[in-house]
Amino acid sequence: MKNKVLLTLLGIAALALTACGGAESTKPGVDDKSVGADAAGTGSGTDVGGKALDAKADLLAKRRVYFAFDSSAVDGENRAIVEAHAAYLAANKNVKVVLEGHADERGTREYNLALGERRAQAVERMVKALGLTADRIKTVSYGEEKPVAMDHNEGAWALNRRVEIIY
Amino acid sequence: MRIVQQLMNIILATLLAGHASLASAILTIEITQGVDGGLPVAIVPFGGAGKDHPPQDVAAVVEADLARSGRFTPLDKKIFVSRPTDDKQVVFKDWRIVKAEALVIGSVKPAAQGRWQVEFRLYDIYKEKQLAGYSYVVGGDRLRAVAHQISDLIYEKLTGEQGVFSTRIAYITRESVGKRFNYKLQIADSDGYNPVTVLSSAEPLISPAWSPDGTRIAYVSWEQRRPILYMQNVVNGARSRIAEFNGINSAPAWSPDGTKLALTLSRDGNTEIYVMRLSDSSLTRLTSNPAADTEPAWSPDGRNIIFTSDRSGKPQIYRMRPDGSDVERVTFEGEYNARASYSADGSMLTLVSGAQGRYHAALLHLQSSVLQVLTDTPLDESPSFAPNGRMILYATERGGRGVLASVSSDGRVRQLLKLQEGDVREPAWSPFNRSTTNNQGATP
Repeated sequence: MKNKVLLTLLGIAALALTACGGAESTKPGVDDKSVGADAAGTGSGTDVGGKALDAKADLLAKRRVYFAFDSSAVDGENRAIVEAHAAYLAANKNVKVVLEGHADERGTREYNLALGERRAQAVERMVKALGLTADRIKTVSYGEEKPVAMDHNEGAWALNRRVEIIY
Repeated sequence: MRIVQQLMNIILATLLAGHASLASAILTIEITQGVDGGLPVAIVPFGGAGKDHPPQDVAAVVEADLARSGRFTPLDKKIFVSRPTDDKQVVFKDWRIVKAEALVIGSVKPAAQGRWQVEFRLYDIYKEKQLAGYSYVVGGDRLRAVAHQISDLIYEKLTGEQGVFSTRIAYITRESVGKRFNYKLQIADSDGYNPVTVLSSAEPLISPAWSPDGTRIAYVSWEQRRPILYMQNVVNGARSRIAEFNGINSAPAWSPDGTKLALTLSRDGNTEIYVMRLSDSSLTRLTSNPAADTEPAWSPDGRNIIFTSDRSGKPQIYRMRPDGSDVERVTFEGEYNARASYSADGSMLTLVSGAQGRYHAALLHLQSSVLQVLTDTPLDESPSFAPNGRMILYATERGGRGVLASVSSDGRVRQLLKLQEGDVREPAWSPFNRSTTNNQGATP
């Protein structure tokens, strides 16, 4: 009886560890994603001929849009990137998208969490306006917790103020 | 199902704690700015029984505690004329010669069952009088705890205020593991010793907040790939999810009576502040503003909640009643003010104040509205008061790494707390240790 209980406990512990290990083995790194995104972009670039398609593929290869300090406005090329992804997603109805909002390290963590959320929501509003339904979009804010650039300077901060478009 | 979940949590927490304690890095304290003019105290090395050496030098821990507070100057032992270890050996004249105003003596002797008997006495040299004297019998692993209690007694007798040496700090560490990071919620003694990992995760953790009775910590974890609010019992490791709505579940702040939690949710679309009654998890929404409202903190009397809002364009501190009424702006100086919390007496706020892209730990004196910037480091975060209001603990960056720093509320004493490797951040000072009396010995 004792052994049985022990085995059950060990089983649960193993489950817990598996769950934990599972989480650990999942690719978390924004780095990994960017590698994936880059590879995909180069691929479609060689597959399709013609300049117009190349330009669009270039935009689709970009999975990050960037923001000014303490701003959630999607400007310029960033807007074109979101529009390209929205067009792709409109044409591929079984694909769901996660919009991950991030902030740079300056200021407080909780305020930056709100700022990351606001950035993800700004991109969400855009893709909704371009025809995507709410059930296909998930937003999540990481605030300043997952920087892609580790330095403490403007160059790094500019890279970290971003929304990642993941699908 | 819930029981299984809790059991798993307990086992997981236990496994993690066991695993972590093997390799837990210790926070080391470096005093970066000391102070002259502290009360001169003579701390005589404690006597003992011959060749039996206790596992801790109790007097050295007491001396380090008192020096760190900035309010005492322990005297150099080389100038001591005598080295008393019990009452009969004390000659007050010996201590007037070396200009000591207070004297601490004591002994650590082996007791039954491998335990130790610690005795200490504190004297006022000019009044020629014993101010305190206690005896404790504890296991070797509790000698540091006894030393901190002795420090607290000395501090209280000599300053009239409660010491914080027996309190603990919670913080988050981040260590590189290959190309990834591992995050830990740890709790250590106020001097960085005895770190215990209460949670380890491959995803970020932020905003640990102690319950007023010091038994639980609420925090935010991304382990489910989104910010969810958890509460964990720090005694037995059991934990539960407090809020897991869509969007942000964050910024926990306990009401002073421990029955409610103010928190930030974006479940209704925008980042707003709510209060959750813990007995039934019922929610009351306090803010309704298209701006970001977050970082709530209760006043010690429970009558106000301060919070950060960018409704004026940039983040500033506001105050409201716990039902959301009577909102008024508190900070006007500085372009960025955020993450404020009250001192225990309610007279001051500590907050992050930013201008020209630099973010400093600061104090706001509520009566005079004077904003006092405490640091010149540009990336300060998460300041919080020691429970006696005398120190502010915050996170900052030094040499490219996250470290903790403390500064006395008068700005005179500064310390750094850092890990050998990795980053440390999100410090939260525990409330006063209410179980202090459990250990208290008798007056000898």
